[in-house]
Amino acid sequence: MSILEAHDLRRTFTTTTGVLRRNRKEVEAVRGVSFAIEPGELFGLLGPNGAGKTTTIKMLITLLLPTSGSATILGLDVVRDAREVRRQIGYVFGGDRGLYERLSALDNLRYFAELYAVPARDQRARIGELLELVGLTGREKERVEGFSRGMRQRLHIARGLLHDPALLFLDEPSIGIDPVGARELRQTIAGLRDQGKTILLTTHYMFEADELCDRIAVIRKGEIVAHGTPAQLKAQVTAGSVIEVETFGGVGESDARGRVAVVGALPGVRSVAVDDDGAVGETLVVQVEPGADVTAAVLGALRGIRVGRVVTREPTLEDAYVQLVSS
Amino acid sequence: MSVLAQAARVLAVGWVLQLKILAVSAFDGILNIVYPLFFATCALLMFRQNGDPQALVYAGLGAAVMGTWSAMATSASGALQGQRWQGTLELLVTAPTPVALAVLPITAALATVALYSLVATLIWGRVLFGIEVAIVSPVAFGVALLVTLVSLATFGFLLSVTVVRYRTGWALGNLLEYPGWLLCGFLVPLDLFPEWVRWIARALPPTWGMDAIRAAAAGRDPWFDTAVCAGLGIGYAVVGALLSERLIDSARRHATLALT
Repeated sequence: MSILEAHDLRRTFTTTTGVLRRNRKEVEAVRGVSFAIEPGELFGLLGPNGAGKTTTIKMLITLLLPTSGSATILGLDVVRDAREVRRQIGYVFGGDRGLYERLSALDNLRYFAELYAVPARDQRARIGELLELVGLTGREKERVEGFSRGMRQRLHIARGLLHDPALLFLDEPSIGIDPVGARELRQTIAGLRDQGKTILLTTHYMFEADELCDRIAVIRKGEIVAHGTPAQLKAQVTAGSVIEVETFGGVGESDARGRVAVVGALPGVRSVAVDDDGAVGETLVVQVEPGADVTAAVLGALRGIRVGRVVTREPTLEDAYVQLVSS
Repeated sequence: MSVLAQAARVLAVGWVLQLKILAVSAFDGILNIVYPLFFATCALLMFRQNGDPQALVYAGLGAAVMGTWSAMATSASGALQGQRWQGTLELLVTAPTPVALAVLPITAALATVALYSLVATLIWGRVLFGIEVAIVSPVAFGVALLVTLVSLATFGFLLSVTVVRYRTGWALGNLLEYPGWLLCGFLVPLDLFPEWVRWIARALPPTWGMDAIRAAAAGRDPWFDTAVCAGLGIGYAVVGALLSERLIDSARRHATLALT
């Protein structure tokens, strides 16, 4: 039996604008999402901001009621059996929030141990094990307000594991963490996976998903547009190539002449995206059909713009993701 | 461990830790010390103009309980909004423990701070204004004080539960602060108000608690007022507990648990 089964989950939000004349608008954040997670699996849910990842997770962890559709965790319905579901799951989200800043790490864990009904006689040992697991042993008596973001995130994970949940939800846990902290966090998650813990992970970072996840579902505008193993997703674009063109102005926010759209419409081009890394220029990432040679045409479309390095390479998982979410 | 023992542990640990949170904040600490004394001083300065020592004693007792009302009505709803801001409200809801057991310790911790405010204001009145509150029945006085505080905590609990559902519910607490000072008869006798106002006042536990405190201090029978105060307090607790699960379901439907 799957640990988690979601069938055609949908969620609509109603928003209102205006002061005197109130206009109601319905936004469909999740549009019929279905997937299943098997025991011991690390399942990734990937998608751009606003794709519906967090809304999906919040329905699964009983924070939001689905507008329609259903989901079960260990056979328990997330709407009908909410309290029982909560006993079986752990929830960890990214960012600075979600901890009592003025309490020590130990007090935070003690409080949540009570809320999750961890037996009093087991609490000390359990908290000790988890502090060891997340590398916070020796820091447990310090107030959380003095913790770095990486330390907070590891404390979050310890909190989420206090009651040894059957399924752990990690909602963008590495967001905003420096590379060293993110690497340590990935090691912690990999350790949990190796222990056989079932995990649903959302992340923006493709290399993170590639490194950690057994299977991935890509979500775009509230719908799952692809799913499979990282290798299967990569295979969707490996029959082709990627051209990266370094440009200096003219294709980013200042794309007044619609150059990106022109490149995207060229024969043999599958998709095109602009990677603005915040440096001097931008990188135009062009996904190319197998056998097509579009380099000259792409450079022709960019005539008048100062162009730097041009590289042709094999597609990566990130390319697969970009193609899926931008097509 | 039995369900009751487990609930008692959650309440006790929650109370201690919430009190710790309140205690380590320099801003909250100074506010909790200065705020009740400031308003008590204003009230006592006004009543002193009257020149009647009895009126000053009346105001001295009222000003002491006035701070507890502020601590509960405003702070309880603000505290839950604070949980929403720091992202812990969602975690309290996703825990398998009933949310009422997570919210009650927060208001209980605030009630403990309110107890400080009450004692500090009585001492302040004595030291600065020379108000000697003669307490004829100390035991009844103590019981009336504690019952008033507990019923205030349950009233704050009910307010807090509404904040879980409504993002702007915390404003209700602020809105109630000053009218509450009048409605509960802390400084002005309720007889001065129209009948319909008195009906509202009778629905508030501190109105009865204040009467019980004054009666105990003066040596009159405080037990009826104390019992009504306790009854109302229990009533608010039961309504809050029953409402909490319904409001959580509503919050899940309307997506109001998070900030956005």
